[in-house]
Amino acid sequence: MSTVSTRAPAPDRPSPPEPPATRRRRREQQWPAYVFLTPWMLGAAVLTLVPMAVSLYLSFTDYNLFDPPHWVGLRNYTEMLTEDPRFWRSVGTTLLYVVIAVPLKLGLALGAAMLLRNLGRGRAFYRSAFYAPSLLGASMSIALVWRALFNDGGTVSEVLGSIGINTGSWVGDPDLAVYVVVLLTVWQFGAPMVIFLAGLQQISPELYEAAALDGAGRWRQFVSVTVPMLSPVVFFNLVLEMIQSFQVFTPAFAVSGGEGGPADSTMFYTLYLYERGFTASHMGYAAAMAWLLLIAIGVITLILFRTSRSWVFYADEEGR
Amino acid sequence: MNLTTRRWMPHTIAVVGLLVLLYPLAWLLGTSLKPADEVVTSLDLWPSHLEWSNYTTALDGVSGVPVTRLLWNSLLIAGGAVVGNVVSCSLAAYAFARLRFRMRKVMFAFMVATLMLPHHVVLIPQYIIFNRLGMVDTYWPLILPKFLATEAFFVFLIVQFMRNLPRELEESARIDGCGAFRTYWSITLPLSRPSLITTAIFTFIWTWNDFFTQLIYLFAPEKFTITLALRSFVDQSSISAYGPMFAMSVISVLPIVLFFFVFQRYLVQGMATSGLKG
Repeated sequence: MSTVSTRAPAPDRPSPPEPPATRRRRREQQWPAYVFLTPWMLGAAVLTLVPMAVSLYLSFTDYNLFDPPHWVGLRNYTEMLTEDPRFWRSVGTTLLYVVIAVPLKLGLALGAAMLLRNLGRGRAFYRSAFYAPSLLGASMSIALVWRALFNDGGTVSEVLGSIGINTGSWVGDPDLAVYVVVLLTVWQFGAPMVIFLAGLQQISPELYEAAALDGAGRWRQFVSVTVPMLSPVVFFNLVLEMIQSFQVFTPAFAVSGGEGGPADSTMFYTLYLYERGFTASHMGYAAAMAWLLLIAIGVITLILFRTSRSWVFYADEEGR
Repeated sequence: MNLTTRRWMPHTIAVVGLLVLLYPLAWLLGTSLKPADEVVTSLDLWPSHLEWSNYTTALDGVSGVPVTRLLWNSLLIAGGAVVGNVVSCSLAAYAFARLRFRMRKVMFAFMVATLMLPHHVVLIPQYIIFNRLGMVDTYWPLILPKFLATEAFFVFLIVQFMRNLPRELEESARIDGCGAFRTYWSITLPLSRPSLITTAIFTFIWTWNDFFTQLIYLFAPEKFTITLALRSFVDQSSISAYGPMFAMSVISVLPIVLFFFVFQRYLVQGMATSGLKG
């Protein structure tokens, strides 16, 4: 549930060539910067860069944490891609989840933001109230509540049953279990909603006035003013939610009791990675899965950035 | 649609949405107070009489470790994480926002790139490191990384905030002979307080909610956090123990709810502005 700037950080201003004396002073001034950066540099090296390299190495080995790693070349990858149906099942489940949950969550977030913008009095109250689930949703407690609500005799199946739709337990149904996690994610639409609302409030009212003068109705204003002006925020939320969704763990763990069941239907990618690495002690295999995840997220992010040129509109680039 | 409908429609939708949204929370509270025989048989949100014994059962905790101890453990980890993140992220952010040094652009780009890095890529080697250091089943793997500014999101958040601060005060401080450290400590840091508070609150809530890292690193029941204990509570109990289980759930989300009510201004604004400031 993190947020990052929609725009790239302001680039450094190009500095004119400096006289030698200033340059010397600059060089002397460098050491405090490194003192400030010491914790970060240590962390970046010891807890990020080196581990990335090590996990890449481990992905080509057989490793169980106790015996020294044993080089197996590409075997982890070939096994994963050609001989492991559970791996593909986890990929399928995770993709299904991402493709359904992310658009639903963002759509609801945008709808709620538009609603709140027009609300006037009470807006601050509703904004806070709608946002609250985003803080609680990642907790084990709430995941357990969802499991109970969607279980046999839980509110959802009872209410649906009373209007003639007999679903039984969603949690126990391989076709439905994944949607319990989807709905838990969608429930947390408040975080992107807050960002959308802030974006909506930055759109100049003059644009709407001009559109209305030109005879644009509400729908036309939405399509021609709101959508383009908000597209950078949509893009930012999309990338962010996508990256997070691929890594969903706690709700999948809670809904399935840590097993990924029934019939592996909630065996999300990260849950399978955890099972391979930490339950079955195939650390090499898990490392290979982690690197594939990194590559997949990288490729999808890249594709999103590429396509963004055709649908994301940056007002300050106009006429460039 | 006449004018009155148009006026009331948004409010009606908002109220209905709110009720649907808050239903699971009301259900949680209601179930935590239900007698065992009502949990499965009755769909009523509220129990016929309040079964406070659910809470006394929950307070006994899990595997002989009382809830107070579990809460204390969670608090210790979350508190350590807050201190670590605020200190290390603000130090790094000050360097990125205000100081010039070689490799600055490269390092900054790297920091931003790690925002997108899935944690799983570094997970196993980190586990190996902490295992070698004999730190598995201690709180160090959960707290130490925070002192090394590994959560790039907060570094970035504070950098963005510091960049928008007026430079005049810092410049006059430097003219008065303040070095980088004095300037950071007595000018920039106090001015950056809103971003530091946002960092502290989000760190607390995310660490409190965290499950995965704790699941991997903690094994001894007396070191369990409230989240881990809740999970083993589920494993041990049948549906008849729903009441005590959800009583424990209520206890475990209480600090977050409290934080939300006290700091909602910072939470909502921090979320809104960090997403937009360029």
